[in-house]
Amino acid sequence: MTLLVVAEHDNHSLKASVRHVLTAAQAIGGEIHVLIAGSGCEAAAEAARTLPGVACVRWAEDPSLADGGAENLALLVTRIARDYSHVLAAASAFGKNWAPRAAAQLDVAQVSDIVRVDAPDTFTRPIYAGSVWATYRSTDPVKVVTVRPTAFDAAAGEGAPAPLERLGAEPGSGLSSRKALSLSQSERPELESARVVVSGGRGLGSGERFKALLEPLADKLNAALGASRAAVDSGYVPNDYQVGQTGKVVAPDLYIAVGISGAIQHLAGMKSSRVIVAINKDPDAPIFSVADYGLVGDLNEIVPQLTAAL
Amino acid sequence: MKILVPVKRVLDYNIKARPKADGTGVELAGLKMSMNPFDEIAMEAALRLKEAGQATEIVAVSCGPAASQETLRTALALGADRAVLVQCEGELEPLAVAKLLRAVTLREQPGLVLCGKQAIDDDANQTGQMLSALMGWAQATFASRIELQGASEALVTREIDGGLETLSIRLPAVITTDLRLNEPRYATLPNIMKAKKKPLDTLTPAELEVDTTPHLNLVQVFEPPQRQGGIRVSDVAELVGKLKNEAKVI
Ligand SMILES: Cc1cc2nc3c(=O)[nH]c(=O)nc-3n(C[C@H](O)[C@H](O)[C@H](O)COP(=O)(O)OP(=O)(O)OC[C@H]3O[C@@H](n4cnc5c(N)ncnc54)[C@H](O)[C@@H]3O)c2cc1C
Ligand SMILES: Cc1cc2nc3c(=O)[nH]c(=O)nc-3n(C[C@H](O)[C@H](O)[C@H](O)COP(=O)(O)OP(=O)(O)OC[C@H]3O[C@@H](n4cnc5c(N)ncnc54)[C@H](O)[C@@H]3O)c2cc1C
Repeated sequence: MTLLVVAEHDNHSLKASVRHVLTAAQAIGGEIHVLIAGSGCEAAAEAARTLPGVACVRWAEDPSLADGGAENLALLVTRIARDYSHVLAAASAFGKNWAPRAAAQLDVAQVSDIVRVDAPDTFTRPIYAGSVWATYRSTDPVKVVTVRPTAFDAAAGEGAPAPLERLGAEPGSGLSSRKALSLSQSERPELESARVVVSGGRGLGSGERFKALLEPLADKLNAALGASRAAVDSGYVPNDYQVGQTGKVVAPDLYIAVGISGAIQHLAGMKSSRVIVAINKDPDAPIFSVADYGLVGDLNEIVPQLTAAL
Repeated sequence: MKILVPVKRVLDYNIKARPKADGTGVELAGLKMSMNPFDEIAMEAALRLKEAGQATEIVAVSCGPAASQETLRTALALGADRAVLVQCEGELEPLAVAKLLRAVTLREQPGLVLCGKQAIDDDANQTGQMLSALMGWAQATFASRIELQGASEALVTREIDGGLETLSIRLPAVITTDLRLNEPRYATLPNIMKAKKKPLDTLTPAELEVDTTPHLNLVQVFEPPQRQGGIRVSDVAELVGKLKNEAKVI
């Protein structure tokens, strides 16, 4: 069995999720290859060579692969996938975008967002906002699988440099092109990989109060900031702060939920955190049912006290 | 331009799903079913394009049991002109749905297909991308803004990790909707009445010559490990003490 891990990168370095996907690949077992596709991504390909347990890095370098567009990347993966028993990627905005496209071109099912490897052909994934889990056995010759990074530890350490194999150029499909990219600039750790996350909900009342109360707390804890859908919809914070079933899934060591009621869609994105703290004025808020430490009271008083006490 | 909007009938988002006792599926009997919320957003986007004079006809399509007619009637009440039910019993994988939608797309020849980014029951987040691949079309997933530039190009802003990306895509294409694209309207009573008279055609996978045999076998559906609620602390000092000495996370 040989597995292909399609790595997410920014041309220079690999995304943290790659090492989590590697752990899932190791749980399946077999020889592991990594695909680095992009334009000007030699540094990322070099970085992939020393990932632990990687037998080969396949490097596709072409202007048509710049910006990670789904159409061209899926064509490339489809072209080489027949060499592999499994194609794996993180269930991030990146993996979710192109992987189903490759699966359809290969005429195979995709198993999305797995949290457990039961056997090389059998995987468990949450459905219905994580209220239930389902285990599926795949009958396909190539198994296309996206992996929930927080469900697998990061593969640690370095390996001896794996050989680098250059892949031939792709004729671009010309179907789409990137016109603009605006990434939020932040000194904070990334939401998905932060050790501590401070998250705010509608209880904050406004973007100004979100900033004034939660930023100092996050600064003290070197935490990433997250939010409920209600806080995002109300415009307190940008879209990519959303934690939940239809936003990001996080599992930090410490998750502090401030003014968040704990709707099932929100819990789906954070209930695997190691320690959960909830601050809410409503003693019956469902968030308390998953919180290790619950503090009932007005966030306007509690949050500044907490920031001062740290 | 004609727009095709695939809509799925799902367990209402207010209801917490439970596995059947024998682990063969999710308990749905007698529970409220609704249109997948992301598909309401896709419907709304289509309606706004029609109201702006950029689309001429909206066709809603659903793949599923006869009861999916209800979901299609909702789409008609919201303003779709016609509906198509591809009637199938049993579970359909995203690949099978995409193949059925491809067959409908080939018949209808829309300039745009607007899907939800994910169905909130199975959370697969696959169908739109698969349909786009099977058609050999462009795709733009997780859209928070759509601007048609005539009949052959669209500018789509996508919600991605860390920010926003704007793509230019060639039409026809598949676009999948994210939460911030719009706020869907409600169907009014007069429109619900009118919807009863709008055309709803029924097709079968056999007529469309699509094989929907599953590629995955369900082994088991079960309740995941439950998280136990913890304790209430009385003030900030106690909280900080617990975090330092008991949980040791700060
Ligand atoms: C299709 C779909 C997808 C969704 N996806 C997501 C998702 O991914 N993520 C997500 O988060 N939600 C999601 N939701 C929305 C979810 O159902 C809830 O509506 C949302 O999580 C509520 O956000 P909230 O807890 O901030 O707001 P609310 O439910 O309004 O809760 C606010 C809380 O703040 C408390 N509060 C108010 N004032 C104070 C104060 N002064 N001091 C202390 N506490 C205070 C209140 O007691 C209340 O508990 C989705 C919904 C749908 C339909
Ligand atoms: C308990 C359980 C057991 C299952 N067992 C099996 C099994 O043994 N074998 C098997 O093959 N499958 C099985 N399935 C079904 C399969 O997992 C899901 O139906 C499949 O994952 C659909 O994914 P999704 O609806 O999340 O699609 P997504 O890709 O998340 O849907 C995205 C969008 O596609 C469109 N769309 C999706 N479905 C439809 C539709 N039916 N009609 C119209 N538009 C649609 C909508 O616009 C939607 O917003 C099972 C499902 C469950 C819950």
